[in-house]
Amino acid sequence: MAASSKTSTDEFIKGLWAENPVFVQVLGMCPVLAVSNTARNALAMGLATAFVLLMSNIVVSSLRSFIPKQVRIATYILIIATFVTVVDYVIQAVSLDLYKALGAFISLIVVNCLILGRAEAFASKNSVGRSIMDGLGMGIGFAFALFCLGAVREILGAGSLFGVQLFHDAFQDWVVMILPSGGFFTLAGWLLLFNWLKQRKERKAQTAALALRKEVA
Amino acid sequence: MSQAQLASRPAPPSAWHMYRAMVGVGVFCGILIVSVFQVTRPLIERNKAEALQEAVFHVLPSAGTSRTYRLDESGDFKLLEGKAQGEQLVYAGYDERGELVGLAVEAQGMGYQDVIGLIYGYSFAEEAIIGIQVLESKETPGLGDKIETDPAFLLNFERLDASLLDDQSAMANAIVPVRHGEKAHPWEVDGITGATISSVAVADILNRSAQYWTPRIGTHLRNFEGGQ
Repeated sequence: MAASSKTSTDEFIKGLWAENPVFVQVLGMCPVLAVSNTARNALAMGLATAFVLLMSNIVVSSLRSFIPKQVRIATYILIIATFVTVVDYVIQAVSLDLYKALGAFISLIVVNCLILGRAEAFASKNSVGRSIMDGLGMGIGFAFALFCLGAVREILGAGSLFGVQLFHDAFQDWVVMILPSGGFFTLAGWLLLFNWLKQRKERKAQTAALALRKEVA
Repeated sequence: MSQAQLASRPAPPSAWHMYRAMVGVGVFCGILIVSVFQVTRPLIERNKAEALQEAVFHVLPSAGTSRTYRLDESGDFKLLEGKAQGEQLVYAGYDERGELVGLAVEAQGMGYQDVIGLIYGYSFAEEAIIGIQVLESKETPGLGDKIETDPAFLLNFERLDASLLDDQSAMANAIVPVRHGEKAHPWEVDGITGATISSVAVADILNRSAQYWTPRIGTHLRNFEGGQ
């Protein structure tokens, strides 16, 4: 994972697209499916997760020589849980409505495998600077993906975006998109799109390589 | 595992290093949580109080000010001084001239997913419930949460009869849920198709709470008057 040839900008960008936590790595599906029923909830959840990811990456990478391998998982969970508790209080202080909408999923950020995964696979082996870039990239990528799901589900399921009505009254809401099954449908659609884009890119690269070989011959 | 392999393994860290890491991180995390809690607590309490205050004025639209009363052991209502500690509270609303317009009462009960908590306004003049607001609900989005958004359902609570018998010992009619479109009496709650359990739950919560509170309030109406 710690490819030293990568610049810190690469570490940032990989989380946004090529290694997007939701669309490519398919990590942390529990909040992705559960709280992406409106764009606002999805974005808030994404940002809360991004904050926890960034902070835990910073702390884990600065303490990486201090934490023995044998107790690392327990320590990482402790660090992650602390920042989740902090986020929990801050959201309650900012908006009770938002807190009610996100419900139990705030506390469940603790067990989001994306965060523990980045702590274990990246932050514990890299410098603080690179871990910050990695946390930012992965966090923003996660929030972006959640927003993509939340926006589609809200537009189709409630005919609105961020609570603003988009369609005429005659629009029949697809209630199923707001219900849990809608999360699976939307996720499937996005994964389909991402895989299609990836395959098309690979096909193009193959054809280019083939054409180059023919020219040389 | 051969002797050579065993010898090449790095020595495990001493217990001291592990304790140091765990306890050190633990103390750091503890301090961080306590400081954030201390900073955000006044904000969270203010948010909660504001939400409740807004809800009181929402269910008692003609009220301009409100005061909190507690029910004491003798059945009298006393003005709440200081902080509430697990007491039974009601919120009295007054208009600009200082006259009592009604009481807001919190109630809760089991819904479809989890407990539904709500607050309702009770008007003495009309002997009726004149508004409700859901404070806490985890009902199914798009179906059960219509108890908060469905205009036809909310119309039930513009004037839901909760009048008392002449001797004020009990309510004249229980608040009962009926199927959508079958409401015939002012004490019936017209249900929501597709959210039967949630809408019935709201009617039951109101019925239970009104059965408890309205006789107690009716006989102690004087407690709330002249409060301004």
